[in-house]
This record gives sequence, structure tokens and C-alpha cells, in this order.
Amino acid sequence: MSRFDRLCCAVAGCLATVSPAVGQVAADPGVPAAPPERVVSMNLCTDQLAMMMADDGQLHSVSYLSQQARGSALVEQARQYVPNRGLAEEIYLMDPDLVIAGSFSDRTTLDMLRRLDVPVAVFEPAGNLSDIRDRVRRMGAVLHREEAAARMVARFEARLADLAAQAPPAGDRPRAALYSANGWSSGGKTLPGQIVTAAGFDLVADDFGLAWGGFLPLELLAMSDPDAVITGQPYPADSRAEEILDHPVVAHLKRDSMRGIVSDQDWSCGTPLVLDAIERLAQARRMATGAGR
Amino acid sequence: MTLLRVSGLSIHRGKHAILRDVAFTVGPGELIGLIGANGAGKTTLLRAVLGLLPATGHSSLAALPQRDRAKRAAWMPQTREVAWPVSVERLITLGRLPHLGAGQAMRPADRAAIDSAIADMGLEAFRHRTATDLSGGELARVLIARTLAQDTPLVMADEPIAGLDPAHQIQTMRLFAGLAGAGRSAMVSIHDLGLAARHCTRLILLGGGRLVADGAPGDVLTPDNLTDHFNITAHFAQTEAGPIFQPLDVVGTA
Amino acid sequence: MIRLMLVLSALVLALTGAALVIGPANAPYWDSLSALVVDDGTPLTLVMREIRLPRAILALAIGASLGMAGAAMQGYLRNPLADPGLIGVSASAALGAVLAIQTGLAAAFAFGLPLAALAGAVLGVLLVLALAGPRGASITLILAGIVVSSLAGALTSLVLNLSPNPFAASEIVFWMMGSLADRSMDHVWLALPLIGLGLVLLATLTRGLEALTLGEDAAQALGINLTRLRLTLVGGTAAVVGASTAVAGTIGFVGLVVPHLLRPFVGARPGALLGASALGGAAMLLAADILVRVVLPTKDLKLGVVTALVGAPLFLHLIYKTRRQLA
Repeated sequence: MSRFDRLCCAVAGCLATVSPAVGQVAADPGVPAAPPERVVSMNLCTDQLAMMMADDGQLHSVSYLSQQARGSALVEQARQYVPNRGLAEEIYLMDPDLVIAGSFSDRTTLDMLRRLDVPVAVFEPAGNLSDIRDRVRRMGAVLHREEAAARMVARFEARLADLAAQAPPAGDRPRAALYSANGWSSGGKTLPGQIVTAAGFDLVADDFGLAWGGFLPLELLAMSDPDAVITGQPYPADSRAEEILDHPVVAHLKRDSMRGIVSDQDWSCGTPLVLDAIERLAQARRMATGAGR
Repeated sequence: MTLLRVSGLSIHRGKHAILRDVAFTVGPGELIGLIGANGAGKTTLLRAVLGLLPATGHSSLAALPQRDRAKRAAWMPQTREVAWPVSVERLITLGRLPHLGAGQAMRPADRAAIDSAIADMGLEAFRHRTATDLSGGELARVLIARTLAQDTPLVMADEPIAGLDPAHQIQTMRLFAGLAGAGRSAMVSIHDLGLAARHCTRLILLGGGRLVADGAPGDVLTPDNLTDHFNITAHFAQTEAGPIFQPLDVVGTA
Repeated sequence: MIRLMLVLSALVLALTGAALVIGPANAPYWDSLSALVVDDGTPLTLVMREIRLPRAILALAIGASLGMAGAAMQGYLRNPLADPGLIGVSASAALGAVLAIQTGLAAAFAFGLPLAALAGAVLGVLLVLALAGPRGASITLILAGIVVSSLAGALTSLVLNLSPNPFAASEIVFWMMGSLADRSMDHVWLALPLIGLGLVLLATLTRGLEALTLGEDAAQALGINLTRLRLTLVGGTAAVVGASTAVAGTIGFVGLVVPHLLRPFVGARPGALLGASALGGAAMLLAADILVRVVLPTKDLKLGVVTALVGAPLFLHLIYKTRRQLA
């Protein structure tokens, strides 16, 4: 590639999609030719996958969010790495040979890194359970840890099959509502929804045609009278968006049903950690149905 | 019986004294014209006497609690302010406020006071008109009627006849004189010395931050006072048609 | 006058009924009302008692508050452009409320939220009254309102942006446009005592505002204690606007539209306008809150959007009229 071509590419922001992949068989634009030795991850979810799979010393930095207990499932592990705040300057000075970002990472930051000749691999968030396999395999590919990824996928599928076998048959499944800030309710085509259905519940949102999730008025939640209401962990400091989760109606519905179920850190990313969430949820279901139903 | 007693009254704005050591009394049956050049302090004196301005010294009205004061003296300010498009009758009814408790309905006596005020000012035809649509002179008459409806022993008015046509000026001054004839009193600030000389029983002249003269019109409108405090000369004569006062010329640099 | 009050009361009653039976749950009207009165153990009772009833009560109380506060401010400033929302009192109350929530005062002490909003509202009223002067000329009043609103709005945004809660920053819209969605009886108990106190205080202004038609001097000479009137006005307005804003955000234009529409029916008397505007405000907010539920049931359309769509054109018309009078 001529210098002029590179310049044009840099202006158009396409360098990373062309240069590292030249001569490679893999179609994945993020996969570097040689195993990367100094990797920076700047997204909570790519952090988790990278930490689970990276070779010793391969991963240099993870996002600061991974070191905070509220959203991160692997706080202790994350504290062994240098935190970053996703700023282009900061990341460039770490001199990485691969940057892993989420598709919601700041585009201008990624464009600038690419223009500075830093390879960038962008991961879409996992939208459902089957996406998780793809993400694990791809993380294996960009880190050149394909074998570790294959082992992880095999374990994941085995455990998932196990859980599916334990789930009650249709017609005998309790109904659960996922309810989060601003009255948002997730349905069966979303990752949180699939966590709930995998644990043996039917979803209230699906009854209202909200398979992809949507706004479920409090009145309709009350009228649907679910067996379980699953709300998220509140953020520090109050907000009106989350106030709905303390509404007497929600409190009332939770009092009557399986209490204490919250969607925690294990729910936030499409990684094999969601299996832990499914297991805890299935446990709660068995205790409730075993006790009273 | 004294309606108002003022003694040693001084009014300051900042460190500057506007009026110093003013003293006078008002008895029943008087129509007092308060005269003086522009800026002599006529409005200031009337407001201070009513307790609307902070002053040192004594005013028997300002010393009263506010509700009692409103039953002793009515006040018509110079600015003819009517904020909302209320009817003439409603505006005049406001004069009855001091006599009614909170939420109390109007009594026959209140209606009578309103009707007689409307009749006195010749406003029967205007009763249901909107006050803010009236001309300046008509509005002045409505506001005077409002003051009359308050039915107080003393009426104080700041330039009540400014802006009225000659017929209504004379009628209004006669009305105030009529109050005095009925044992009430009125104190009005006025620039028209001719009307003041004809209708007032007594004039108070302010000038140089002091009360300069207080007495019958003939004793106050002396050539010296006119030159010193109005910078004019005038013709003043007692005739068969009553006292006639006509300013003639300006003295010095007015 | 009595007929007007009867008509308005009937309207408020009908709208309250409608507010109770209209909603996404779509239950038959009669079932809804009977579920409200008799606890039949169905979810409908929960919906009626915990969702629709508090919402209707708040719409009623807050509408009455804003209508009466608007009429009182207009009467005192003798200017039809005064409205607690437009002149920044609501925005200051929102700042107080947001500060109480984000500092944890609201969680630490039950009445911390409405009282902080009240404190904000007091500051807002005092600032506007100081800037606009006693007679409240239109131009100074509007300018003072712009200054106070934008300053309070900017500080509210700042506080929300600094919050560790990612949802808080997106809530600027709520604080600026207001909503009654998903309020509960807790909010009713939080707001109602202060609203009640404020409405009583404002109702005592009747005589004073009537007398003020003639200006401050004449009003004082009619036996009105202006200092007490000012204190009552500031306290009453701040109490109703503070408590309303604390639970429902800033809802503008109710205090502008309602007194303007009702003024001709009470012979323009500022005192009589107080009670009529309280009823009219309640009717307007109930209607607006029914509208947001019927038009866009799944979108949480903000109440302030509806009131502004009705009120802003009227505001323009009023400015135009005032301008013509000045010219």
C-alpha cells in the first residue's frame, strides 16, 4: 500500500479494516496477524471475555468500570490490570498492539486510534444466549487463543443443556416480569429475557408483544399479576427513572412472589457468567414452586 | 374635635431633608388646599401624614393602626392606577373594604354609600362601564367617587382635579366644599391657585422644605409669597362673584 | 360568580372521574370504580388505589396550586404575564428538589424533598420580586424570569450531570417538563400538607389583591398591610409550587392560561379570580393528564409539553397585547 493510499485511508477512517488483515485468510478485520502481546480492552463486556481467555501477560489494561463492584462481575481479577477511561491519548500512550472495544465505545476515539495505526477490534454486544458462543470464539481469534475459546464454548453448551433439561415443561412454568428503570420490560429475544426463560420461566413482556423489550405501563404490570418480578440493582444516588422500582405496586408484587431476585453483575454482559445467573434463578424458582405451588 | 394633628414632622430621603418640622391641624368642616411649586413636597407631605412614608415627628393618622386609619381618612393618589378591567361600580365598591370584615357581605349602609358616591360624581351612566376604558377625566371622577365611598371624616387627594375639564373641576371642588359644609373635611393638593382661592377655606403653602404659610386664601396668596415661592405676580381681588385670582407674569428666572 | 364556581366544580368532578377510569389497564368503568371502593383482592384494586387514585389526587391538587399561584402572582404584580413556571419559581423549586434527592436529604428525612423544593421556590420568588420591582412591569418581569429560570435550570442540569447515577442526567426533561406518571400515595402524603397550607395562605390574599387594583398606596390607605401580604404571597406561592414541583417536576403555563381564561367571568376581580383559578387549574391539569394517557399511552408524554402547547401561543398573544397597550 502506497503512502498516499494510507493517508487516504486514514482520512476515511478505514485503515484498521484494511492494513492488519492484508494477506490473512480470516475475514475478521479485528484479528491481528501475530498473537498480540499488549492488549487494551476498553469495554466492560470485552474486559470480561479478555480476562477469561488471555494468556499470562497478554492483557495490559481493562476499563475502570470493570474494577467497580456495581456493574462488574470480575472485580478482583480486574484489579490486577491497569484501568483505563477509554480516552484516545491515554490508550495510545499505553502503546498497545491491539485495542478491543465495544460497538458503543466512542467512535471518534476509535477512529483516532486507527489513524494512529493502532489495530482496533470492535465487538457487538451479545443480544442473546447463542451470541455468547460467537463472542467467545471471536475473542479467542483476536487473542490467538482459539483452543481456550473452544474449551470454553464446549463447557458453556454442556451446562446450558443441563439447565434446559431441568426446566419445567410448557404450561407448568411460572411467569416472571423483568422490570427496570423507566418501566422497561425485556422480552424473550433479549439476553436478560433468555436468561429468565432458560431458568424455566415464561416472560410477561412476551404476552404484551414486547419480545425485544419495551415500555410496560405499571398498570399493565399490576394487571398481569406475575409470579415473580425481577428488578435490577439500583445505582448509587436516587433517580426518578429507578423510583418506579420502589413503587408500592412493584413492592406489593414482589412481596407476594419470589422475593429478593435481582438482576446483578452476572446479567450485564454476554459471557459464560450468565450461567451463574440462570442457576441462581432456577434455584429460586425451585424453592418457590416447591414450597407453595 | 380634631381630625388630624401633625407636629414636628420631618421627612428625609437619604441624608437630604425634603420637609422639616411641619406642623398643622385639621378640624371638621375644612377644605384645605395644599399648594406649592413643583417639587415643594406636597405629595411627600400627604403620604407621610398618612403613614405611607417613613417620617420623624408626629402625625395622628400615621400613629393609628392601619385598619383604623382607613376608617378615618381616605386617600386618592396622584397616579390614576387601575390594574384590571373591572366595572366602575366594582371599583367604587373597593372604598368599602375597610368597613367589611373578611368575606363579609355588603350591608345596606355599604350600598347606600356607593350609590351616593356615584350620584355625587354624576357617574350613574358609567356604573357598568369598564374602568380601564374611560378617559382620564372620567377615571379621575370614578377614583374620587371611590374615595368618597370610603365615607371617612377626612378625605385626602393628590391633585384630584388635574386633567378634568373646567365644568368638572368646578363641580369637584364644590363637592369637596360640600363635604366641608357637612362637617367632614378634605385636604387636596392643587396647582390651580384660582380654584384654590375660590373654593378652599384654608391654604397651606409649602416652599423651601418648610411649611411657609397656613391660613385663609387671602392671607396665604400674598404678593411676597407668590414671588418667593411661585416666581409669579398675580391679580387677586374680592369681587361680587367671589374671590378672583389670576397669575400675571413670571418674576426672575423661574 | 356562584354559577361559575358550580360549573367549574362540576367540571373538576367529571374530570376526576374520567382520570380514575381511563388508563392502559382498560378495565370496564364500573368495575374500576367498585374496585377502588371495595378491595376485591384482584390486581384491579391495586391499580385503582395505588396508581390511578394518587395520580388523580396529585393532578387535582397540583393543578389547583398552579392555577391559584398564577392568579395570586398576577394580582400582586398587576401583570397578566406572571406565572410561577414562566418567572422561574418552578425552576428554582426543581433545583431545590434535585439537590435534596442527590445529596440524600430526601432519603434521610421524609419531608426533606418538599421542604427543599419550598426553599428553592422561596429563593426564586424573592429573586424575581427583587428584580422585577413592586409594580412588576412586563419587560422587567419577563427578563427577571428568564434569568432566574435559566440559572436554576443550568444548576439543575449541573447537579444531575454530577450524579453517580447514569439515569439522573437523562432526567433533566422530567424536571423541566413535569409528569405525573407512576406517582404513588407516598407522593400524595409528601405533597398534600404543604399544598394545603399554601392554598389556605393564598386564599387569605383575596381582600389585599382586590385593593391592589388601585395601586400600592391606595391599597395601604384602604387598610391593607402590604408587608404581610407580600410575606403571605411568597410563603403561599413557594409552598404550593415547591410541593408540586417536588413530586411532579416543572409544569408551566397553567398559572398563565387559567387566570387569563377565567378573568372575564369574574368581572376581572383579582380576589374572586383566586378561587376560580384553583378550580380551573385543577380541571386543566386533570384534562392534560388524561390527554397524555390517551394520545401516547406508551411514551410517557410529559405534562409540561401539553400545557406549553396550549399556553405558549396564549403567552405570545398576551405579549402582543401588552406591547400594543404600551405603544
